[in-house]
Amino acid sequence: MAEIEALMHGFAVALSLKNVAFMFVGIILGVIIGVLPGLGGANGVAILLPLTFSMAQSPGGTTTAIILLSCIYWGALFGGAITSILFNIPGEPWSVATTFDGYPLAQQGRAGAALTAAFTSSFVGALIAVIVITFLSPIVASFALEFGPPEFFAVYLLTFCAFVGMSKEPPFKTIASMMIGFALAAVGTDPVTGALRLTFGTEKLLNGFDFLVAVIGLFGIGEILLTLEEGLEFKGARAKLSLGVVLETWKELPRYWMTSLRAAAVGCFMGIVPGGATPASFMSYGVARRFSRDGDKFGSGQVEGVVAPETAAHAAGTSALLPMLTLGVPGSPTAAVLLGGLLIWGLQPGPLLFVEQKDFVWGLIASMYLGNIAGLIVVLTCVPAFAAILRIPFSVIAPIIVVICAIGSYTVHNSIFDVWMMVVFGVAGYLLKKLSYPLAPMVLAIVLGDRAEAAFRQAMLVSQGDLRVFFSNALVGTMTGLALVLLVWPLVTWLLSRSRASA
Amino acid sequence: MSRPAFRYKSAETAVAALFFLLGLLVMWDSARLGARWAEDGPQAGYFPFYIGLFICVASAVNFAGGLRLKGEANRTFVETGQLTLVLAVLVPAAIYVALIGWLGIYITSAVFIAFFMRWLGKYAWWKVAVVSIGTSAVFYLVFEIWFLVPLPKGPLEEVLGLG
Amino acid sequence: MKRQHWQTTLALAAVLAAPLAAQAWEPTKTVEFIVPAGTGGGADQMARAIQGIIAKHGLMKQSMVVVNKSGGAGAEGFLDVKNAKGDPHKIIITLSNLFTTPLAQGTPFSWKDLTPVKMMALDEFVLWVNAETPFKTSKDYVQQAKDRANDPSKRFKMGGTGAKQEDEIITVAVQQKTGARFTYIPFKGGGDVAVQLVGKHVDSTVNNPIEAVAHWRGGKLRPLCVFDQKRMPYNNKVTDAQSWADIPTCKEQGLDVDYLMLRGIFMPGGVKPDQAQYYVEVLRKVQQTPEWKQLMEQGAYNTTSLEGKEYADWVAKEEQRHVELMKAAGFLHKK
Repeated sequence: MAEIEALMHGFAVALSLKNVAFMFVGIILGVIIGVLPGLGGANGVAILLPLTFSMAQSPGGTTTAIILLSCIYWGALFGGAITSILFNIPGEPWSVATTFDGYPLAQQGRAGAALTAAFTSSFVGALIAVIVITFLSPIVASFALEFGPPEFFAVYLLTFCAFVGMSKEPPFKTIASMMIGFALAAVGTDPVTGALRLTFGTEKLLNGFDFLVAVIGLFGIGEILLTLEEGLEFKGARAKLSLGVVLETWKELPRYWMTSLRAAAVGCFMGIVPGGATPASFMSYGVARRFSRDGDKFGSGQVEGVVAPETAAHAAGTSALLPMLTLGVPGSPTAAVLLGGLLIWGLQPGPLLFVEQKDFVWGLIASMYLGNIAGLIVVLTCVPAFAAILRIPFSVIAPIIVVICAIGSYTVHNSIFDVWMMVVFGVAGYLLKKLSYPLAPMVLAIVLGDRAEAAFRQAMLVSQGDLRVFFSNALVGTMTGLALVLLVWPLVTWLLSRSRASA
Repeated sequence: MSRPAFRYKSAETAVAALFFLLGLLVMWDSARLGARWAEDGPQAGYFPFYIGLFICVASAVNFAGGLRLKGEANRTFVETGQLTLVLAVLVPAAIYVALIGWLGIYITSAVFIAFFMRWLGKYAWWKVAVVSIGTSAVFYLVFEIWFLVPLPKGPLEEVLGLG
Repeated sequence: MKRQHWQTTLALAAVLAAPLAAQAWEPTKTVEFIVPAGTGGGADQMARAIQGIIAKHGLMKQSMVVVNKSGGAGAEGFLDVKNAKGDPHKIIITLSNLFTTPLAQGTPFSWKDLTPVKMMALDEFVLWVNAETPFKTSKDYVQQAKDRANDPSKRFKMGGTGAKQEDEIITVAVQQKTGARFTYIPFKGGGDVAVQLVGKHVDSTVNNPIEAVAHWRGGKLRPLCVFDQKRMPYNNKVTDAQSWADIPTCKEQGLDVDYLMLRGIFMPGGVKPDQAQYYVEVLRKVQQTPEWKQLMEQGAYNTTSLEGKEYADWVAKEEQRHVELMKAAGFLHKK
């Protein structure tokens, strides 16, 4: 097969001593970026981009440069899970869903297991995505072209319906929480008319509410306040600190192979479309909860609940590079900066890249395999060290977490107003959690709200206000239909169980 | 020590009332923008208007639910002792955020961490100094030097020429 | 307002008067380079390219960081620079939203709050259609669009970046000149717009060259005409058959619309002349590097580059033009 041959050639290009060294440098930098919520993958890649210009001049240097940058990207994907699990603070948007079960696991003293599961699933997700890219790239790339506004709306709707609808919290609280999320997402510039919405004439609100600020406040600060009530201590201090925990967890993981496969499928789909890694992780978590035998226990510390979002996020993050390379459409801000890098190096992303720049493309794909292996080795050996962070006394680590949260919120838009918003969201997170308002639907609404609305209204412009556009072809019809089925499914099962009970 | 500061009834109704007002605000601003379904699809305020409406309806139901809490169901939301602890973090955190704009993030962070360690943890001064100043220094290196992310800085950094 | 304008003029006069050799001022700390748009767009790409070139050739002693402030259609970035009056460690790259955002939203800023430094280039706009459609000239396409004007459900769909910004302004200008009607559909970024056209979800776009060139080369898109008064000067073949210079102007084909987008650098108001001059010098050096020339050719930019008073005059004229264009389109903010 031509692909295998090209890939082997790619390995030969990527496996020089210099490239491998840069691979590890990239991964370590990436993990740091992923851990600190103030540094996004886009930051790291953007900062190093200028440095890579001089690299790109030497022969084969472009490959080295892209290996360094893409390994930062992998590292950041791995690193995002660490603070999610340890402190309920997502280092990156796509690790929000990892907090749902990862943090409870850490509280039960199983931080090591949660971290191992997260890292391993990240690796598996990425691996499957790379295999898809290797062998199916031409087919898959053209698939993304099928996606117009109605299709995008259907994807977002599907994400929503897969995730919501099984909430155990009181229904009206779920609605209130979700709608508040939508309202927050609507603040700022209206995507279709350009009008300012819900800004009430203040400059501070021009930007709207950033998802990351809300999440850092609701989850991170809110959790610290909740922990305080119980006394000045973290519960996860008993976490085991040996590498043995990695092996133990590995014994448990094969049980969830179906979950992994489903998650990887969801992730690849969302990455290629490109819907993004964050929606992918939510969708995958929702799907896993529905299909799992232990679905009811999700949210209370299930390893499976860590496997699902992490696999999907990494699969999506990896496969998002495909539309970037073949269509020039970045699937994430990080990919956007990488794209800028390609252009400046004189590489033109697009359908011809695979023809004209074979060395580069296959070197990059090979580096995806190698970079992820390198990443897995780096993060797994650090599991005990990460878990040990939980042993630091509360009165030392709590203020440091607050500082990290403040930096993270500030850097989103370089505004102190966002740091205030973080405090407000923190209080809200504390109150709402105690009053059993579910926070996840709110967060998902903030992520998807404006995108879904934009897609819906673009679709309405296309169809001149005709709603049938959402069933106008097989692709969009299937997705919309599936979404509606998922939405009413809980209702159906509830009615069935009632009629059975009364019969 | 374990006197209830608030009970669930007051917490539920207060939050629901707040959300209701928020919903009204959203509806009001959306109506201003136009909340109808025009010929070519929804106007700018269409979705936010109904979102606001949903918030109001759901909050009204939650408010009524809160009012109905009686006896056992109206248990303690937070005890005075717990509330003191929560405020003991929240108030310094708010002061911390307020000071960032004036003194920059590095100085305030060091002071904030030092305050916590000394006040809640009762650590020896030298430990307090090492951890608080060390943390700020590490953040300075990582953000300003390494990743070139500018964070708020104050007069001290200016004097030291680090700004 | 009047007084600010006067100050700007004075500052500019001083810039011109300052002897070139006397570089009295240099940055003493990291310089923030504000991009009033999201990551990955044309302005962002250019800013990052400038940052990269400066870093590579060591053109500045202090480092430079690119900060995206895209909120409120760029208002966030402009207000930030406006509020940093007198701060010489901040520069901003502009796109047309320098004019369109305050006009459409009523946000309180104007270019007069800023100090013009240097125009780096102008970005071209090209009318693109899917390569599988039969249209060979803008005439064919506009004629069809005219025939369909009366039935909203049959109108051609024009994809573009953002609402009430350059793409929609051009679309409206075409409508006004020809009597054709389009359904304008706003998307988030230029790359998305081009892909939507490749996937035939819209019928045409006015993408910048750099946003669509890959699909042109891949045989998926066809350029009909460029919205400029003269053809683009780049003769190297882009596809097997055509170069940028082979694309006719819209005017040649009877569509009298031209529009160029400013890619220029500004500083906050109230900075000293030697501070502005410093950046002028640095940016001049940037323009002389091979990397910059390569970028210009890749994106088929119009390399007009102005400084000082000429630049300020150009911006003033361009603002007036936008007021007229947006007034005609009905995009002005209602008080």
